Amino acid sequence: MHGDPDEARPPRDALQAQLFPPWATLVARLALLALVLLPLGLLGLLMALQYSPYVTGQGITPDQPVPFSHEHHVGGLGLECRYCHGGVEVSRFAGLPPTETCMTCHSQLWTNAAMLAPVRRSLAEDRPIRWRRVNNLPDYVYFDHSVHVRNGVGCTSCHGPVDSMPLMRQAAPLTMGWCLGCHRDPAPHLRPESEIYAGHWTPPADQAARGAALIGHYGIRTAHLTDCSVCHR
Amino acid sequence: MRRAAILLLPLALLACRQEMAQQRRLATEGTSTLWPDGAAARAPPEGVVAQGALARGIQGAPARDIQGAPARDATMPPAVTPALLARGQERYGIFCAPCHGPAGDGDGMIPRRGFPRPPSYHEARLRAAPAAYFFQVISQGYGVMYSYAARVAPADRWAIIAYVRALQLAHSVPLAAVPDAREHLP
Repeated sequence: MHGDPDEARPPRDALQAQLFPPWATLVARLALLALVLLPLGLLGLLMALQYSPYVTGQGITPDQPVPFSHEHHVGGLGLECRYCHGGVEVSRFAGLPPTETCMTCHSQLWTNAAMLAPVRRSLAEDRPIRWRRVNNLPDYVYFDHSVHVRNGVGCTSCHGPVDSMPLMRQAAPLTMGWCLGCHRDPAPHLRPESEIYAGHWTPPADQAARGAALIGHYGIRTAHLTDCSVCHR
Repeated sequence: MRRAAILLLPLALLACRQEMAQQRRLATEGTSTLWPDGAAARAPPEGVVAQGALARGIQGAPARDIQGAPARDATMPPAVTPALLARGQERYGIFCAPCHGPAGDGDGMIPRRGFPRPPSYHEARLRAAPAAYFFQVISQGYGVMYSYAARVAPADRWAIIAYVRALQLAHSVPLAAVPDAREHLP
């Protein structure tokens, strides 16, 4: 073999024999990295999607049979929440008003307005107006309005500044994490009785002290606020 | 092609059914095709008396309970206490003030927007009217005023009437009769 003239130079087709170009190593490493990062990223994207308004419905304004304006009725006329949502203190549901409540005023005001035709038809035909639900919780959540408004949680804490909403929209994400945010630490959100139905409430400067006092005032057992059975049965 | 179809088959098992989130039950204020009005909720049949209504003295309950003893009469006003007045003030603010005004002058926001103006509580006729008259008007309505029987419970009607009486008194009481009034005047 020694002195073989072929030994000094590479075989004729050596370059073709190199299947992978020099940058192939980089591609292989990147591919390995992607194998790990891509599923993780996809998972993260799916998680982020779960908390996006697209899934939670936050900020969505459903079309209604009548474009009822809380801005006009609450902000403008000064009607109190409980004039229409009378069940809020005594039951799970705040309740939507029967058509008679609308007609208490609209039997005399805007009696020919086209916008109110569905209200008049509802009264004439004795069929309830089919409003579309704005804030919807899964059926496995046993939310109770009365327990919240009787223990220092005001309407706008969850429903947002209703008195400045021309059309009703979902103000909160209504995710479990959002619920727990308050259930773990209610003090910053608690109001005195006189402020529960206030259109606007900003925590006073000494809310930390007031909130702690209100926990005692309402007798809130904070240790049990995050028990599963508080919201799930 | 066939192999691809077989590979996709397990995807069919991933079908999403939200049976926990949307359980097979009628939602409160939901819809149903069972009744002509399309609502799932039913009004109680006429003449139904709620459990405990006799003890609570709710109007509409029979005058005698099941043993034949006279039931507590809801048409009798309760004793006026500070708690009753506070309750009346709150309920008055919710249900009455939009038309009758915060002081009972009949100049609430709704009449200012064109609703027929209600009478002032401070006119002689209403100052002389018995409490039962106010109870009747709240329960049955009057003129263009709708009945508030479904919105204001009988006990709250009495509380509101007590507060209307307080408004009437506050409107006509001589300054000398109010202790320390002068000190609070600007």
